[in-house]
Amino acid sequence: MLRILGLWSFCAGLWLVLSGYFDIPLLLVFGALSCALAVFIAWRVEKADPEVQPLHLRVGPQIILYWPWLLWQIVLANLDVARRILDPQLPVSPTLITLKPTQRSEIAQVIYANSITLTPGTITTSLSDGVLEVHALTREAAGSLLEGGMDRRVAALERSNA
Amino acid sequence: MFAVTALGILICMVLAISRALLGPTVYDRIMAVNAFGTKTVLIIAVLGFMTGRPDFMDIALVYALINFIGTIAVLKFIRYGDMGWPRNVPDEPDDL
Amino acid sequence: MTWLVDGLSGLALLCGAFFVIVGGAGLLRMPDFYTRMHAAGVTDTLGAGLILLGLMLQAGWTLITAKLLLILIFLWLTSPTASHALVRAALSDPQNPPPLLQEDIQSVPSPSSTHLSEGERIEQAK
Repeated sequence: MLRILGLWSFCAGLWLVLSGYFDIPLLLVFGALSCALAVFIAWRVEKADPEVQPLHLRVGPQIILYWPWLLWQIVLANLDVARRILDPQLPVSPTLITLKPTQRSEIAQVIYANSITLTPGTITTSLSDGVLEVHALTREAAGSLLEGGMDRRVAALERSNA
Repeated sequence: MFAVTALGILICMVLAISRALLGPTVYDRIMAVNAFGTKTVLIIAVLGFMTGRPDFMDIALVYALINFIGTIAVLKFIRYGDMGWPRNVPDEPDDL
Repeated sequence: MTWLVDGLSGLALLCGAFFVIVGGAGLLRMPDFYTRMHAAGVTDTLGAGLILLGLMLQAGWTLITAKLLLILIFLWLTSPTASHALVRAALSDPQNPPPLLQEDIQSVPSPSSTHLSEGERIEQAK
């Protein structure tokens, strides 16, 4: 019940931001009804789909500190990749590596894999049974992943809340 | 300023569409079309500011949604030969 | 104060346009599909981010900024998902050529931490 209410208030907030109507009661009622319809459909889909798993967000407020760091890493990686693209020699050394992430929960591993993919120069090609395969544009990018700085930071997100 | 930005995005769209035409494999083409769609979102937003019509932001948002779903749908179609009805889904559930 | 915001927004827009063009050039220049994905990542992350940031600075504290922020969050959530799905589909397709790989991979510095040493396996070039 709490989840349904939470989903409804999320939808209603989104509706308010996207529509921009705050003072016309009829439209507000229509918005609330359409949110309720969306929540009802989501509830039905959840019952019909056997693969659905409730998403437990087990990451703490430290993610507020993780995002700026990730943003900075993205900027650095972007500059590196842009420099290599503009270099007439095209100094790339594509590499496939396998990583063993140290996070235990699936959500933290997904955060780690998505962070790797979001950073230009490295793309997660598969994540199964706690083993990550990563395609890296350069050996330097692969080497910095193997050093595990990002891995430790994502693991710290998880540990602090467990 | 907006005009220069729009011009830059247009140049990138030309580059992406030429990769889509050249691309040796079908995945190159899908990737190029996906990049093209991202540029479309950006140029809709910039054009909305250029012409002073901020309603364009809604269109850009919807285009971003359609672009993502379209890419995934085309990938599914290439992988399975149809839109991935249950009878064709292989054993591994996390496979695309 | 407005000239400062205007200047920052113009700078962000120009840098964003630059990164977008660089990513487009990378799409054409890179040798194979897997390396081209990285070039596409440049436009998807920093190019789109800077252009939308510039537009947000122009809009100020309005609903438009909220919508631009939603577009940005959505792009940054979906672009890794789409890239991952693409690479995964390309790798699992037997007709697709395998990625070009660097030959001498042993020179990657070995990690000092122990948890990586067993899992560290580098595939040789096919």
